[in-house]
Amino acid sequence: MASTKLAERPAAGVRPSGTILEIKDLTVEFRTDSGKVAAVNGVSFDLKAGEIVGIVGESGSGKSQILMSLMGLLAKNGSASGSVKLRGQEILGMKDDELDKLRGASMSMIFQDPMTSLNPFLRVSTQLTEVLVKHRGMGKGEAMKRSIEMLDAVSIPDAAKRIRLYPHEFSGGMRQRVMISMALLCQPSILFADEPTTALDVTVQAQILDLMKDLAADLGTSVVLVTHDLGVVASLCDRVIVLYGGRIMESGPAETLFADPKHPYTRGLLASTPRLDEQTHGELHTIPGQPPAVATAALGCPFEPRCEFREARCKTVRPIIQDNGERTVACHVVSL
Amino acid sequence: MSIPTLFAIIAISFFMIRVAPGGPFDANRKATPEVMANLNKAYHLDEPLPEQFGRYLWGVLHLDFGPSFKYRDYTVSELIFRGFPISLEIGLWAMLISSTVGIFLGTFAALKQNSAWDYTVMTIGMTGIAIPTFVTAPIYQLIFGLALGWLPVAGWDGGWQHKVLPILALSIPNIAAISRLTRGSMIESLRSNHVRTARAKGLGVRLTVTRHALLGGLLPTLAYLGPATAGIVTGSVVIERAFAIPGIGRYFVEAASNRDYTLVMGTVIFYGVLIIIANLIVDLLYSLVDPKVRYE
Repeated sequence: MASTKLAERPAAGVRPSGTILEIKDLTVEFRTDSGKVAAVNGVSFDLKAGEIVGIVGESGSGKSQILMSLMGLLAKNGSASGSVKLRGQEILGMKDDELDKLRGASMSMIFQDPMTSLNPFLRVSTQLTEVLVKHRGMGKGEAMKRSIEMLDAVSIPDAAKRIRLYPHEFSGGMRQRVMISMALLCQPSILFADEPTTALDVTVQAQILDLMKDLAADLGTSVVLVTHDLGVVASLCDRVIVLYGGRIMESGPAETLFADPKHPYTRGLLASTPRLDEQTHGELHTIPGQPPAVATAALGCPFEPRCEFREARCKTVRPIIQDNGERTVACHVVSL
Repeated sequence: MSIPTLFAIIAISFFMIRVAPGGPFDANRKATPEVMANLNKAYHLDEPLPEQFGRYLWGVLHLDFGPSFKYRDYTVSELIFRGFPISLEIGLWAMLISSTVGIFLGTFAALKQNSAWDYTVMTIGMTGIAIPTFVTAPIYQLIFGLALGWLPVAGWDGGWQHKVLPILALSIPNIAAISRLTRGSMIESLRSNHVRTARAKGLGVRLTVTRHALLGGLLPTLAYLGPATAGIVTGSVVIERAFAIPGIGRYFVEAASNRDYTLVMGTVIFYGVLIIIANLIVDLLYSLVDPKVRYE
């Protein structure tokens, strides 16, 4: 990887490490016909420079909405409250034109569906260079040169020629590479990735993930990866956040969390993951019941109705978040 | 593709108009059978239908659409090309105005979806579609012609004063239709994933809308504009009657009720050719906008 060529700024090692993103008590609500519904409830976590954090959870756990609220891309009926600081600057509730100076420059995002996330009517060159023209004030020629370098960096063969093509002339995996190169053009501090490999062939998934990891390391970009794929998290992430019903159930370093899951939900999730390296007997484990419809988030622990270890207080008292500095868990029954 | 289409149009309308009861000379004063027979013979109406059809096709191939049965001193071509420039001028102006204003209003309403602005534009739009031109035309004449006295009530001398009200009356319902169509497809386009990507890139509202949302959002409008233009430049009977404009719109109706066989055929073929050309232009524009169409 031509890291010296890619990075205009000093690479990760030289840059002062520290907290890039501070999220405190983030709540995302949607106005619906049946009243306000919270998709994300009091989520707090920090992101350090160069760190890759994975957010895992089932569909409807609010994991994508966290990213959308950070990027200011919530649907019109959605609103976010709490505090999100990017390098000390509060970005929640920022006006769109202020946010537009950060989006694509300091923080950028890639999406789940590479087939539709690129504009089908415009050449890839236009879609790449416009980012540099907007944020870096580059001229057309300079932006073009840099865009071709970036396509090279995501291993698109013959980039100087391919950049003239339209999105439909690329395969799904190639399109996601284009998306990644587009997101990293301005060497953002943070890359948000919303299930970046879900829509891709299994054989391509690993390549894309490796690419993301390598490039992020080269550019010193922190990554927040949202996924429901525990395998992806295990192979890629430094830290994991387990989300359920819009709340953080458990978080910690990937290795220790997978080796020693504390929260009953995390245990259930891990037990439900098929493994190739173990003899399986009979059916795959499942967690009984259904994930909550967001509106039912009541007093206690959101996982209580499906929990094997539930006690009386779990229904009425919200568990405090235990935090030992390295890991957190929100449960009455287990302790760190 | 367009040649067989045109042939089908000619064949179907040729036989349909002849199946209709009555003939071109029935409205005349009662003529003696001998005179009728001579008339029919002069216009080849006494021949069997297939022979007449063959004769007509042969003429069409040589761009000869025959004499009009009703306006006997004129050929069909003369009638059409005398009226068409007038209808064309008014129609093109109306189309230019209604597509510009309609696309602008529709995009505006889509950007302000479900706001007071949106509802205002759409209510006016619905009214524009709902009130027929035979109601609006006299109202405009009443207001601008009689009450305010700004413009002539009707008539035609080629001056711009005579064109304003007909163009206005033609434009309003089209503005309404185009703005509603544009609003719908723009709302869909604004919700599409690639527009979300554009927002995530921090491009700002103006660039996001003009470069990323508008292209896809205007395709349905573009498809509508083709046939709509063909329809509008061939004149509106109602508008041309109301404002006493010597366009070709009236021939479409008059020819049919007069059983003016050749004029009916002439107008139908003319309209058909315009529709085909308009759709061809739209297809070409489509391929300019959508690279997927281009490479197929």
